[in-house]
Amino acid sequence: MALYIKGGRVIDPANGINKIADIKIEEGVIAGIDDFAGAITAADEVIDAAGKLVVPGLIDIHCHLREPGLEAKETIATGTRAAARGGFTAVCAMPNTKPVCDSQTGVEFIYNRAKATGLVRVYPIGAITKGSDGQELAEMADMAACGAVAFSDDGKPVPRSDIMRLGLQYAQMVGKVIISHCEDPELAKDGVMHEGYWSTVLGLRGIPAAAEAIMVARDILLAESVGAKLHIAHVSTARSVELIRQAQWRGVNVTGEVCPHHLALTDADVEGFNTATKVNPPLRTDKDREALRSALNDGTLTILATDHAPHTAEEKACEYNYAPFGISGLETAWPLFWRELVEPGVMTLPSFVAAMTVAPAKRLGLPGGTLSTGAAADVTIIDPEYTETVTLENWQSKGKNTPFVGQTLRSWPVATIVGGRVVMRDRQVIG
Amino acid sequence: MAWQHKDLLGLRGLSKQEIELILDTAAPMKDIIGRDIKKVPTLRGKSVVCLFYEASTRTRTSFELSGKFMSADTVNIAASSSSVVKGESLIDTGKTLDAMGTDIIVIRHAASGAPHLLAKHVKARVINAGDGAHEHPTQGLLDMYTIKERKGRLEGLTVTILGDVLHSRVARSNIWGLRTMGAEVRVCGPSTLLPPELAATGVQAFTCIEEALEGADVVNVLRLQLERQKKGLFPTIREYARQFGLNQERLKRCKSDVLVLHPGPMNRGVEIADDVADADFAAIEEQVTNGVAVRMAILYLMMGGSGSGAVH
Repeated sequence: MALYIKGGRVIDPANGINKIADIKIEEGVIAGIDDFAGAITAADEVIDAAGKLVVPGLIDIHCHLREPGLEAKETIATGTRAAARGGFTAVCAMPNTKPVCDSQTGVEFIYNRAKATGLVRVYPIGAITKGSDGQELAEMADMAACGAVAFSDDGKPVPRSDIMRLGLQYAQMVGKVIISHCEDPELAKDGVMHEGYWSTVLGLRGIPAAAEAIMVARDILLAESVGAKLHIAHVSTARSVELIRQAQWRGVNVTGEVCPHHLALTDADVEGFNTATKVNPPLRTDKDREALRSALNDGTLTILATDHAPHTAEEKACEYNYAPFGISGLETAWPLFWRELVEPGVMTLPSFVAAMTVAPAKRLGLPGGTLSTGAAADVTIIDPEYTETVTLENWQSKGKNTPFVGQTLRSWPVATIVGGRVVMRDRQVIG
Repeated sequence: MAWQHKDLLGLRGLSKQEIELILDTAAPMKDIIGRDIKKVPTLRGKSVVCLFYEASTRTRTSFELSGKFMSADTVNIAASSSSVVKGESLIDTGKTLDAMGTDIIVIRHAASGAPHLLAKHVKARVINAGDGAHEHPTQGLLDMYTIKERKGRLEGLTVTILGDVLHSRVARSNIWGLRTMGAEVRVCGPSTLLPPELAATGVQAFTCIEEALEGADVVNVLRLQLERQKKGLFPTIREYARQFGLNQERLKRCKSDVLVLHPGPMNRGVEIADDVADADFAAIEEQVTNGVAVRMAILYLMMGGSGSGAVH
């Protein structure tokens, strides 16, 4: 029995494919892309994809699944359901759980839980330092050996330059990328939003743009000096973009990612003190947003990620200063990126799809991101005309902390297929 | 004209007419404060809760007396002696007060936006009595009332706000209110105590006090929060006093009929010299009296009173 996805526009940037075609899936792998008219038997399953986009399964290299230890916010089960609803077939889980994923045991736990309860593929990211406390290197080689796909202390920076340099050297030795949360902790201290006009108006403590750029500059210099692979998480400022662009010109192995909320919102959206807008790095200015768009347009930034950061409703139902940072982002990423990048022509459709599939896969050396024959059948089907108003009714993540409730967005994932198994169809998660 | 909003959360966004309504209503209220028997039945049967998460003498007492002078039942809650110490959230505290039939909650809180959060979750009307570094609208209104009383107008005046603007909710409410009423607003302080992009709020920012005072009609001196020095935001209190303290010599740069305001409590000899604070051209005590009048006006208007109505 085969699964056919019929008549959709197949976009597979990894293979330079952009055409109306059918996809045949057999035994969990891509059996081919072609016109299979006449080959279908009564036992086969057919998904009509006419008018829709058929792309490799989306890959998010930056999300927080919160398990172990913070299951009230999210579990691997709920987080991967949210991922499936958002069209993602694979997600990379940041290590800032409780305990921090800083050992072989932590990595194995995530793989085991994902196998038992996950709906999509989960790849653990290990911590750079023990407990992510920035003082001593974690057992990165051991973690790499049992499947950690990258290393990061995300959620906070590695404040000491000497430790960051050691981390970059060690990651380079084991062939992995360091994902850096760039933030000068002293400059950002006690800040809750971007420092600028709106922090002045609202009387909230600001986080200057320089707090990010200073660390981007430091980490680029360190990576350059040791020849390591560096990836900058959630790039949010124009100056960070400039630094990355200049470093790439010099040949530094540095990439960066952009999150949907940094494109869709600015610091002006904090007016009203809605804690759903409290995110780290904070929502920046129009100028920063334009710089991110330009960087995605010219290829300086090549990866789109969610920084899905679920929190409980109780934690966010408080004064702005006291709320935790984070937006629950897996379920709205595609339509928000679509509105901000595809509709205004900032990115071509193939380069946009690449930024959510093959680019993240290649950067971290993950399987997937392609519809090549023989590859695992991870496929996402998008209806570019489908509109939906964001409500929490069908929300799969435990984290209901989204500032996009009530917004009507266009272009939504309508089917998610993982290893040939349909886990989301017609916006409903299956399984 | 009647008050159109459920709450009073800030002066940003209020219209000139709305501010005028409050200031005009405060005038007859001030008469009541001057009477031997300071009691009118206007708000009989209404309840006002002062929910204070920060220490306060003048604002809390001012609101309490405002309510009492108009026969409202007023209750004070200090967060340090309430369920807040048991971990109760602001929303739950608000809902509890709501369920008890509170008509108005007056809230002071160290976190900017706390009154906005409360207002979203309670049926009671909410008055912001100071939230973090955001706004202190009743202080802004009483400052404007005092200026208008002394100068006869607000439009066209030059008002210099002096001191720690970065952390000052008084400064922000003054900026919005005075700008709406047509005054020119200057702010002055050490560069480390001036927030970014102030010019975009329509004010002129100075770090030289002499320039900031040149030709000013009014100087509003902010209280220097001395703990800022411990955080290294300026080198020493001594230097601050020498560079930014308001004294008689510096005041000569202002108009000859300058008016000096201070929201209190004052650090005498630091941000303001003794002989300035006690001079006739300073209206610091009058501000306190006017604060009661303005708060009476707000309570009255928010409980459905009309600006043109008599107060008996």
